[in-house]
Amino acid sequence: MGGYVARRVLQAAGLLLIVSMIGFAILHLAPGGPLSQFAAGGDMTQEDLDRLARQLGLDRPLPVQYLDWLWRMLRGDWGASFRDQQPVLAVIGSHVGATLELMLSSTLLAMIIGAWVGILGAVRRHSLFDALATVGAMVALSIPTFWFGLVVIYVFSVGLGWLPAGNRTTIGNESFLDQLHHLIGPCIVLALVSTAVWSRYMRSSMLDVIHQDYIRTARSKGIPERRILIHHAVRNALLPMITITGLHLPTLLSGALVTETVFTWPGMGRLFLDSISYRDYPVVMGILMFTAVLVLLGSLLADLLYHVADPRLGAHGA
Amino acid sequence: MMPEAVTDRGALPAALAEDEILAVRDLSIAFQTPAGRLAAVQDVSFTLRRGETLALVGESGSGKSVTSLGILRLTPRAPFCRITGQVLLRGRDGRVRDLVALPEEAMREVRGRDAAMVFQEPMTSLNPVHRVGEQVAEAIRFHEGLGRRAALTKAAELLELVGIPDPRRRLASYPHELSGGMRQRVMIAMALSCEPQLLIADEPTTALDVTIQAQILDLLRRLQERTRMAVIFITHNLGVVAEIADRVMVMYAGRVVEQAPVRPLFGAPLMPYTRGLLRSVPRLDLAGLGREKLAAIPGTVPDPLDPPPGCSFAPRCDHVEPGRCDAALPGLDLARPEHRVRCVRWAELAGGVA
Repeated sequence: MGGYVARRVLQAAGLLLIVSMIGFAILHLAPGGPLSQFAAGGDMTQEDLDRLARQLGLDRPLPVQYLDWLWRMLRGDWGASFRDQQPVLAVIGSHVGATLELMLSSTLLAMIIGAWVGILGAVRRHSLFDALATVGAMVALSIPTFWFGLVVIYVFSVGLGWLPAGNRTTIGNESFLDQLHHLIGPCIVLALVSTAVWSRYMRSSMLDVIHQDYIRTARSKGIPERRILIHHAVRNALLPMITITGLHLPTLLSGALVTETVFTWPGMGRLFLDSISYRDYPVVMGILMFTAVLVLLGSLLADLLYHVADPRLGAHGA
Repeated sequence: MMPEAVTDRGALPAALAEDEILAVRDLSIAFQTPAGRLAAVQDVSFTLRRGETLALVGESGSGKSVTSLGILRLTPRAPFCRITGQVLLRGRDGRVRDLVALPEEAMREVRGRDAAMVFQEPMTSLNPVHRVGEQVAEAIRFHEGLGRRAALTKAAELLELVGIPDPRRRLASYPHELSGGMRQRVMIAMALSCEPQLLIADEPTTALDVTIQAQILDLLRRLQERTRMAVIFITHNLGVVAEIADRVMVMYAGRVVEQAPVRPLFGAPLMPYTRGLLRSVPRLDLAGLGREKLAAIPGTVPDPLDPPPGCSFAPRCDHVEPGRCDAALPGLDLARPEHRVRCVRWAELAGGVA
C-alpha cells in the first residue's frame, strides 16, 4: 500500500510538471499581456511600461520566465498578484472556501438524488419511472450550465422571488440560514450534470449487480427484498461509483467555474476568470496548479477509498 | 400388446402422505422472451420422502435447473416467467403449503427456512463484500429471530459442522480468502442454517476438483443422515448419481423422460436417451480392455421455441421409427413398479437391447 501511494505521488508530480508547462505556454501565447492592462489606463509612457516589464520579469525569454516561476514554486513561493501585490496563496485561500462549499454541497445532492434515481430505475427497469429518468438524464446532460443557471435566476429569483440572484451572503446579514438560502440556486445548477451522471452509472452498476449469483443466493435465504437490495446489491453497486466520482471531479470543477460566474459566487472559478481577463499570470498559474493538485488528490483518494471499500483489494491490494 | 399406460396425473395421491416432504405435480415453467413463449419445463411430477435423495439428471438446457429454481420460485417474476401446477411442501411446522399459490411474502418465509438451496458456483454465489459469518448468520437472524451475536455463534457451530477448521476465526473471513471447496462448505452451512426439510443442490460439485467433489458429496450424505432432510440433487454427472441418489429423474427438453430408483435405472434403463447418457460416461473398468470408444449422443437439444412434434428426443434417437415417434408426444408410462418412461417403443426395445 505504501509503495502504491509513493508511485502514485510520483506520477502526480510528473503530471503537474506537464500541466504547468502547457498552462504557462498557453497563458503567455494569448494576445495582450499584463502590460496592456496598464497601458489601457493611458497615463503611462512607453518608458514606464518597460520599467514595469523589467520589474515583473516579463522582458526575459519565456523559458527563463518559466524556469524562474518553477524554481520559486518548488521553494513554496507562489508569487504575488500583478493586480494588488497580494500573495497568490492568500488570494486563493480567500476564495477556496466558497468553491469547496459549492462543490461539496452539490456533490452530496447529486449523489443522494442520482443514486436513488439510478437504483429505482434499475429495480423497476423499463417502467415509466425508468423511461422518465433516462430522458431526464439526457436532457440534464445536454443543458448548458450557464443557460440553466440563468433560467434558475430568471424563474426563482426574478419571477418568483424565492431565491437570491447571486452572491454568497446578503450584506449585513451573515447568518447560517442566509448563507444556505444563497447556496440553493448555485448548488442545484452545479448538481444537475453530476446528478445525471450518477443516476446513469448507478443504474447500470445496479443492473450488473442484480444479476449476480450472490443476489440469487440472498433471495434463496428468504431475507426481505429491501435488505437484499440495500445490504447485498447497493453495497456492491456503490463500489464503481467511487471511481466515477473521482473521475468526475474535473467536470465538476469546470462546472463550478461557470456556475460561480453566473451566480457571482465569490469562489475560485470567478477568481480564475477575472484573473485571466487581467492577465494576472501568477494568480492564474496558482489556481491552475491548485486545481490540478485537487483533481489528482481526488482521484488518488478515490482509488484509496476503493481499496478500503472492497475487501478483495483491502489490505492485500496492490 | 402395449402395457397399460398410467399417467402421472392419475397415479398421484391427493395430498402428501405421512413421510412425504415434497410433491410436485404438473409443474410447468414458461418464459416470455422477445422471440415468443419458451416452455422451459413441462408437466414435471414427482414426490420426495423424508431422508430421500432424488437426482435430477439431464444435459444443459434440459430444464433441470429451472425446475429447481421454480420450486422455490427463484425464477424471474410474472409476466416474464409463469409457473403453473402444484408444489406441495411440508414445512418445518408440519403444515403443507402449495408454493405455486403462496403470496410472495409467505414464500419468502419458506425460502431458507423450510427449503434451502446450494448453487453450482461457490466462487460467485457468496457476496464478495460481506464476511462469511454475517452471510451464514443472516438467514438465522431473519427466520429464527436471533440477535446478531447469537446468530454468529450458531453460524460458527454450522461452520464446524460442515468441516471448516477454526470456525470462530473463519467467521470474519471474506469469501475471496477461502478456497472453492471451503466456499461450498460455507454455502452448505448457509443452506442448513435453519434446518430445512428440503435441500436443493444445483450441481454443487461441478465447479470443484475431483477430490474436493468427493469430500462435499460425503459431507452432504452425512448431513442428510443426521437431519433426515430430503435432497434434490441436480447434476449431469452420472457417477455422482450412482453414489448419492435413491431415485433418479432424467429430464430432456423440459420433460421427464425416465424416472426410476437408482438401481433399475442404471441396470436396465428403458429410454434410449438414458442409455445414451450411460454409454457416454467414461468407465475406468472397461478402459484399455475393449478399446471401446466413448459413445457421444449425436446432435443437440431441440430449440425450445420450436420443439419437434412427438417425442422430443426422436431427432437424435437411434431407434426412431417415423410415423410413430414423431406422431404425438408419448405419455410417461409406468413400465415397472416405480419405473416410468416416456417412449413409445420402450417395450420392444427392452426386449431386444436390454
